[in-house]
Amino acid sequence: MSDLWDAIALVLIALVGGVVRVSTPFLFVSLGECLTEKSGRINLGLEGTLVLGAMSGYATSYLTGSPWLGIAAAALTGMVFGGFHAVLCQLPRVNDIAVGIALIQLGTGAAFFFGKPFIQPTAPHMPLMALGWWSSDPQLQNALMINPLFPVGIALALFLRWAFRNTYWGLIVRTTGDSEPAARDLGVSINGVRLAATSIGGLLAGIGGAFLSLSYPGSWNEGLSSGQGLMAVALVIFARWDPVRCFYAAVLFGAAGAIGPALQSVGVTQGYYFFNAAPYILTLLLMVASGRSKRAARDIPRELAITR
Amino acid sequence: MVAPSKPGKWRRSVGTWLHYRAETFIIPVLALLAAAVFFSIFLIALDKSPGEFFFLIGRGGFGTLFSWQNTLVRAAPLILTALCVAIPARMGLIVIGGEGALVIAGFAAAAIAIPLDQSIPPMFTTLAMGLTAVIVGACWIGLVGWMRHARGVNETISSLLLTYIAIAIVNFFISGVLRNPADPNRPSTKPINPDAMVGVIPGLHVHWGLAAGVVLAVLLYLLMDRTTFGFAARIAGGNPRVAEAQGLSVGKLIVTGCFIGGACAGLAGFFEVAAVHGRANSALHANYGFTGILVSFLARHNPLAIIPVACLFGGIGAAGGLIQRRMDLPDATVLLLQGVVFVTLLASETLYGRLPFFRPTQESRT
Repeated sequence: MSDLWDAIALVLIALVGGVVRVSTPFLFVSLGECLTEKSGRINLGLEGTLVLGAMSGYATSYLTGSPWLGIAAAALTGMVFGGFHAVLCQLPRVNDIAVGIALIQLGTGAAFFFGKPFIQPTAPHMPLMALGWWSSDPQLQNALMINPLFPVGIALALFLRWAFRNTYWGLIVRTTGDSEPAARDLGVSINGVRLAATSIGGLLAGIGGAFLSLSYPGSWNEGLSSGQGLMAVALVIFARWDPVRCFYAAVLFGAAGAIGPALQSVGVTQGYYFFNAAPYILTLLLMVASGRSKRAARDIPRELAITR
Repeated sequence: MVAPSKPGKWRRSVGTWLHYRAETFIIPVLALLAAAVFFSIFLIALDKSPGEFFFLIGRGGFGTLFSWQNTLVRAAPLILTALCVAIPARMGLIVIGGEGALVIAGFAAAAIAIPLDQSIPPMFTTLAMGLTAVIVGACWIGLVGWMRHARGVNETISSLLLTYIAIAIVNFFISGVLRNPADPNRPSTKPINPDAMVGVIPGLHVHWGLAAGVVLAVLLYLLMDRTTFGFAARIAGGNPRVAEAQGLSVGKLIVTGCFIGGACAGLAGFFEVAAVHGRANSALHANYGFTGILVSFLARHNPLAIIPVACLFGGIGAAGGLIQRRMDLPDATVLLLQGVVFVTLLASETLYGRLPFFRPTQESRT
């Protein structure tokens, strides 16, 4: 009996560590997408940004020896890529969802093209914070080795919610997303606001990508992000365009993604591929469950083309 | 350009039609050329020769009889997966899950063949495989349409999520209960009976999937452009509210369109298993579904135009290996080129109605 309890405790501890690790990239991409969508555009290309950020971050960290420079490179790449989306979409008659699909293909294509030489070598990882010093349990200590980007992400979520509600810039972004005529009346450059929002959104997604390659799973390969950027887009809809709810949703997704590895750590390997699919299935179920909800209809930025 | 000399009603409508057709042909071609220029600049920056690159595409894709066969074998699934994008696109849906439908349907076909192989004649096994693949593919994308209609779930996101789910399900089975123990190197199902395999078109040495793709493309063109169903579908795609006001059942149209598209992608999966690989393994997930998205967009979701565009990208894919060897470029070069073409193509959408050359009349500006 006590064996069973030990196993459950072990799974739970592994799950806590796993949630923190798996949810961080979701958190960054979803915050970036949240900002983009608040301004009235949807950028599905963040999936491509994530992969490109992972590759450029890893390559830079390997070449310079500094993971922080890697993060900076990934952020810059993401910003440029996000800005590219915004510039393409401001051309008349160009559909933002279609551009997003094209940028997924371009981003992954570019990442695989330039990333080939970096698949084998090992780049320096980001340092972790040991938050488990108070415990003598090595498993718990191991689970609480937390990447500094996780608390940064939480702070960012809180900041964004505050900024959307209380600042001039927040108001401008929300107005642009809710009503183009109203934004024009305020004398705001709609394309300018969306360029800024999409670029910063891309920057955050790039950092999320660098987390994938420089922290967890912690290496660059072509199967690194399979759809995590896209799930983050779905997550924003589920979180009803609120940054703090994005954080809760990211943790939920992190838990779904961490179940498989956590069970593996105690020797349950059955259905490994099934647990791989868990986050996708969860996303789909959440989208079905929250579709057509009245609260989502109230919170959605009116200019957003995602729910016609 | 074809300005009518007399303002006869018939003449003017023909002129408009010609304007429209010429524009929808020339702008994608311009986009392709622009993409070629961008990619050439990129290659020059890498100190590679663009001339050699495009020459190798010509040779590896279209230079010899053998390369044509290779091209057409790749074009067959591309036609079918592009139809999986084009038909829902007429209903106003951007479905990008053809890859998933292909993978899951191909796997289902291989799986149903395992128990049938011993008990019934090979011909019926083939038939059962084809039928299974079509039904599974149709239901897979039909689910996307249903979620869109019944729950307002964005079809682009849901269809891509379903692709990852399909790949996970197939991996689960081919490395688990359905794994062929005789093949230790690579997880795959048991090979299907060689007698149940689909043969080649006589004289062409390309499997029958190509014929199926071409026939389906023509039939679906007729369905979408020459029937009441197609007309209703286009109204629903243009403006769902108008369609509802006309008494059309938008939901039924959407689900039917997704069903047809999914059936096409499922058929592609069937031919990949029953005519190319002979079993279900990770080779099924070969990006045909994703390239099909680009093919359909480049063909402006016109089923007839999909055929030549699929041949073009089949050829680029077929030349990939040659480019890799001769020019020492990574295998992702083709993927990157496709990305460049896709982005250029979408940017070119902005040119419609704005090229001075066409002087668009009031009617052509829809």
